[in-house]
Amino acid sequence: MINNNTKKYIFSRGIDDYFTGVHKAYKFTSLFFKEVIKKPFHIREVINQCFEIGIRALPLITLTGFIVGIVFTKQSRPSLEDFGATSWLPSLIGIAIVRALGPLVTALICAGKVGSSIGAELGSMKVTEQIDAMEVSAINPFKYLVVTRVLATSITIPILALYCSCVGLFGSYINVHTEETSSIISFYQDAFSTISFLDIFTGVVKSIAYGLTIGLVGCYKGYNATQGTRGVGKAANQAVVLSMFLIFIEEVIIVQVSNWIRYF
Amino acid sequence: MDKSRLQHIINTDESVISIKGLYKSFEDLEVLKGIDFNLFKGENIAVLGKSGTGKSVLIKIIVGLLKPDEGEVYVLGQQVDKLNRKELDALRLRIGFSFQHSALYDSMNVYQNLAFPLTMNIKNLSKKEVNNAVDEVLDAVGLMDKLNQMPSDLSGGQKKRIGIARTLILKPEIMLYDEPTSGLDPITSTEVIALINEVQQQYNTSSIIITHDLTCAKNTGNRIAMMLDGQFLRIGKFEEVFDSNDEEVKGFFNYNFIQ
Ligand SMILES: Nc1ncnc2c1ncn2[C@@H]1O[C@H](COP(=O)(O)OP(=O)(O)OP(=O)(O)O)[C@@H](O)[C@H]1O
Ligand SMILES: [Mg+2]
Repeated sequence: MINNNTKKYIFSRGIDDYFTGVHKAYKFTSLFFKEVIKKPFHIREVINQCFEIGIRALPLITLTGFIVGIVFTKQSRPSLEDFGATSWLPSLIGIAIVRALGPLVTALICAGKVGSSIGAELGSMKVTEQIDAMEVSAINPFKYLVVTRVLATSITIPILALYCSCVGLFGSYINVHTEETSSIISFYQDAFSTISFLDIFTGVVKSIAYGLTIGLVGCYKGYNATQGTRGVGKAANQAVVLSMFLIFIEEVIIVQVSNWIRYF
Repeated sequence: MDKSRLQHIINTDESVISIKGLYKSFEDLEVLKGIDFNLFKGENIAVLGKSGTGKSVLIKIIVGLLKPDEGEVYVLGQQVDKLNRKELDALRLRIGFSFQHSALYDSMNVYQNLAFPLTMNIKNLSKKEVNNAVDEVLDAVGLMDKLNQMPSDLSGGQKKRIGIARTLILKPEIMLYDEPTSGLDPITSTEVIALINEVQQQYNTSSIIITHDLTCAKNTGNRIAMMLDGQFLRIGKFEEVFDSNDEEVKGFFNYNFIQ
């Protein structure tokens, strides 16, 4: 009988689950914004988490940023050569990396590396009742675990994104240098001549949004993990998939908005 | 539940936990179906019952981890499900909860596990005060040499005892033990039983001890409660509870007896 029922209501139950899920996520997010402004701030734990996240993601971001810089320059060169405009290369690369590639590459790497580990960590704490253990010793686990981690991702990811842009530009310079032997100073002067304050500002704002997303999604999935060890794997996995999806949506929206501002 | 079957033996005036008509279900599954009892000051109650009857759910409701559907749950004079976060935290500081699977923080070593509840709840403690408190509870559970180990390097029984130590560090007035002896060998069980009794004496706590183990129930409980199908079938002194022709009660007794 139960089987029949579940079959019969499979759609309505799916829709139900979807909306309760959205509601839960909304409540989780608003709880974050409520708790983040309340004492105690657990500043030391935030700093710990920042270091942990930074160290975890740094090697991969260095490598990827560097390669993206080289590859992107290599790929753009032929098209610019057709117009005899290779001297524009630094400014083109500068804009592309600072506006789009740096923050996006950083966000995607952190979604994979940091988001999954937050999801798995909180997920295993949840299923082994460590979160309940905090709760019963009168420690607010949401503040201690969630708020600190989300703050840490929102602080660290913008910094990593700026770093990634610099490394990307350096990779690009290596490529430019081997072809045209320009000096690094003139390369960076060229690159930054077209980058406005607005570019860097939107890059940082964007990265903060990505950081918030990665932290919130990772924590949300981990915090609501069920079904024992299987749930932990699921939480980690879903944290990556969902945060990448949301990052792309945010990217589209933020590009739109910043373009409006730019041409206003 | 048939009230005449309840047999209150200890009759103190002050009850630290008082539960009336408690119901709790998860979706379609009815777990608790009308629990009534009082835990008196200084008393240990051992709750016996089959796996899945809702023993863990009961004590989780007592500390406010789960909300009751119906009924009143008073702990130290306060109705648990009506408290706000701050009041609930204040109450929880007076309750120790030892988890069925220990629930030690596995990113922290034993020292940090024990110090964590203390430093998070009491500001401006000196390093020395924290060390002293940690030493005291570690000594109480007899695991002084494990100070710097990670929980993953401890045996099941050691984890249980560290879990108990972690709750003792806040000097609770009520202790809730969830299956303190399950999965332990008889010798370690005996040690844990002795520990529970010591805690009762030394810290003057009132406790609820959830267990499957009759030896543990008999040796720690001033009263025994037999939980069956979401209700307390019988509650009273050990002999009184088991002086019964009830199949389920006898089943419990015989099984432990064969062992
Ligand atoms: N959070 C929850 N959500 C849904 N069902 C739950 C939840 N917690 C417990 N249950 C269900 O409630 C019933 C009682 O669970 P509980 O953990 O209290 O059993 P127990 O008496 O402690 O058993 P054991 O001796 O095996 O620990 C079980 O059937 C369990 O599936
Ligand atoms: Mg249980």
